[in-house]
Amino acid sequence: MIAFYFIALLTLASALLVVLHRNPIYSALGLVNTLFLIAVSFVMLDAELIAMLQVIVYAGAIVILFLFVIMLLNVESEVRSARISKIGTAGLAFVLLFAVELAVFALVRDPSGAQELPAGFGSTELLAETLFSKGMLSFELTSLLLLVAVVGAVVMARRKVES
Amino acid sequence: MNPYIALLISFALCAIVAGIMCGASWLLGPKVENKAKSEIFETGNPPLGSIRGIRFPVKFYLTAILFVVFDIEVVFMYPWAVVFRRLGWMGLGEMAVFVAVLAVGLAYVWRVGALEWD
Amino acid sequence: MDLLISFVLALVALLILLQLTVLLLWVERKGSALIQDRVGANRANLFGGLLPFNLGIVNTLMADPLKLFHKEDVIPKDADKFLHWLAPFIAVLPLFVTFAVVPFGDVLVIGDRVINLQAANVNVGLLFVLGMVSLGVYGVVIGGWASNSRYAFLGGVRGSAQMISYEIGMGLALVAVVLTYGTLDLQQIAREQGKLMWGVIPAWGVFYQPLALVLFFIAGIAESKRPPFDLPEAESELVAGFYTEYSGSKQSMFMMSDFIEVAIVAALVTTLFFGGWQVPYLQRDGFHFPGGFFVGVPSLVVTILQVVSFLVKLFIFCWLQILVRWTYPRMRYDQLMNLGWKRLLPIGLANVVVTAVLVLALEGFTIK
Repeated sequence: MIAFYFIALLTLASALLVVLHRNPIYSALGLVNTLFLIAVSFVMLDAELIAMLQVIVYAGAIVILFLFVIMLLNVESEVRSARISKIGTAGLAFVLLFAVELAVFALVRDPSGAQELPAGFGSTELLAETLFSKGMLSFELTSLLLLVAVVGAVVMARRKVES
Repeated sequence: MNPYIALLISFALCAIVAGIMCGASWLLGPKVENKAKSEIFETGNPPLGSIRGIRFPVKFYLTAILFVVFDIEVVFMYPWAVVFRRLGWMGLGEMAVFVAVLAVGLAYVWRVGALEWD
Repeated sequence: MDLLISFVLALVALLILLQLTVLLLWVERKGSALIQDRVGANRANLFGGLLPFNLGIVNTLMADPLKLFHKEDVIPKDADKFLHWLAPFIAVLPLFVTFAVVPFGDVLVIGDRVINLQAANVNVGLLFVLGMVSLGVYGVVIGGWASNSRYAFLGGVRGSAQMISYEIGMGLALVAVVLTYGTLDLQQIAREQGKLMWGVIPAWGVFYQPLALVLFFIAGIAESKRPPFDLPEAESELVAGFYTEYSGSKQSMFMMSDFIEVAIVAALVTTLFFGGWQVPYLQRDGFHFPGGFFVGVPSLVVTILQVVSFLVKLFIFCWLQILVRWTYPRMRYDQLMNLGWKRLLPIGLANVVVTAVLVLALEGFTIK
């Protein structure tokens, strides 16, 4: 329990770093850290496969892409603006709304109703069997989604090169 | 015992050792300030200045996004490979469709020359 | 007690890795000298040669790290100081930890306590290795960016593009291995290889997955950024690539990360394709030769033989990588990318599909 709060606190801290740091490279590194800590949380929830996939895909691949984009667009450190923009206000409103929602959930939900996990929960075997039987359609659709991503990226990159 | 506690111990130990090794020069080495030394090294020429604002080819970005896509594909294969024997021919069929769709993607990328570097 | 054992195992794993790295530094120098018909490093001496005898290899082993640790730590004035520090740290930390999931022996029996000779027996060890290897990219890209130098930046970008390209080939080679053994647990994979094929040949991965071995080895060498794939640090083009602006121990961390990757690739090749700690025909109670011969061996000796077997194999594959490094000339960048995307990726995919079909078609192909 203490471990959970500790990890949760660290996760929140690095998530705040992502949002608040003015240098985008630091933000990206904060994101890596956040994602890694979420993987640790997954391990504590017995979902070790998901944890490893989280590290491989999010921390190891997607944030690399972010870093490339940051370098490619060579985003300079953002200029600190004194007034809070409209987007900032909207974001703050959403944060508050979400906090209220979470609080309501925490109050309403009865933790004593939690069930014992089935044996082998979170194991690779169980997850895979579910994914390739019940989740078959979404699994196949994922491939289409990835195909669209490939084609889209190539088209965008080529347009940039030609112009 | 939970193997992840062992892993955590490993992590801590490695972090300490790596930290000490990275900091060794700072602790042990001399510290002599020198204007020429703090310049970046550009084979003896006066440095051209900061790289913030430098541009590099969009190809690297394309490589990164292709990597993300194919990495996700490979990641789906691991759980499949573990329970593969129990899934049998049905599982093979599912994966064959998945791989075929992405092979089309690879073929497309190859055809339009997005994999060419010159 | 359990915590103490894990700590000792973690320490042993780390020490094997560190010792091997330092040793490889020496082997690389002497090996390259051997290949190029030179004498190689022979000048290191303690106390300026005052000793009447030469400690030989020990001198060089100690001199290299000691020299590097005593150099000044220079940070260029325009560099991002924090990231400049962070880069070598994130370059080596994941690689150090990777070794924790590599089994270096079966079990050690002390009294009634059975110790699994692996620092952390993680169920999804193979994925852990891949995850950590993929985190290693950050060291390269951050190191290149933080230095604020053109050479370093180019090296960093080249390096990260190269590493991510070869990660896919590596992943596909490993999928074929998982198909063969049906588990992601490295210790389990090593144990499976103790069985026999047709009662004679050890069931090592190399006999089931020769193609995956070749793919994995190529991708592994490319991941370690050593020649013939050393474009991120190509001396003739980029001075020292992403670590041009590093000196002293931070530079040596980057250099070391290459050697650690050599050791990790060797460890994985050993574990996945050459039986890990397995000695052919050696079971937990002794040698079971084909034809019914049996030679009993005490448990402790079995363990020692297994650990020695692991280390010998590990060293052979490290040496093989050094041999490759001093034999082949550097590739061009387009050749490098072509090899990764147009050769390893399709061949890896085909290998997975063919393996899957074969596993289902011939039940005898699988290890029961």
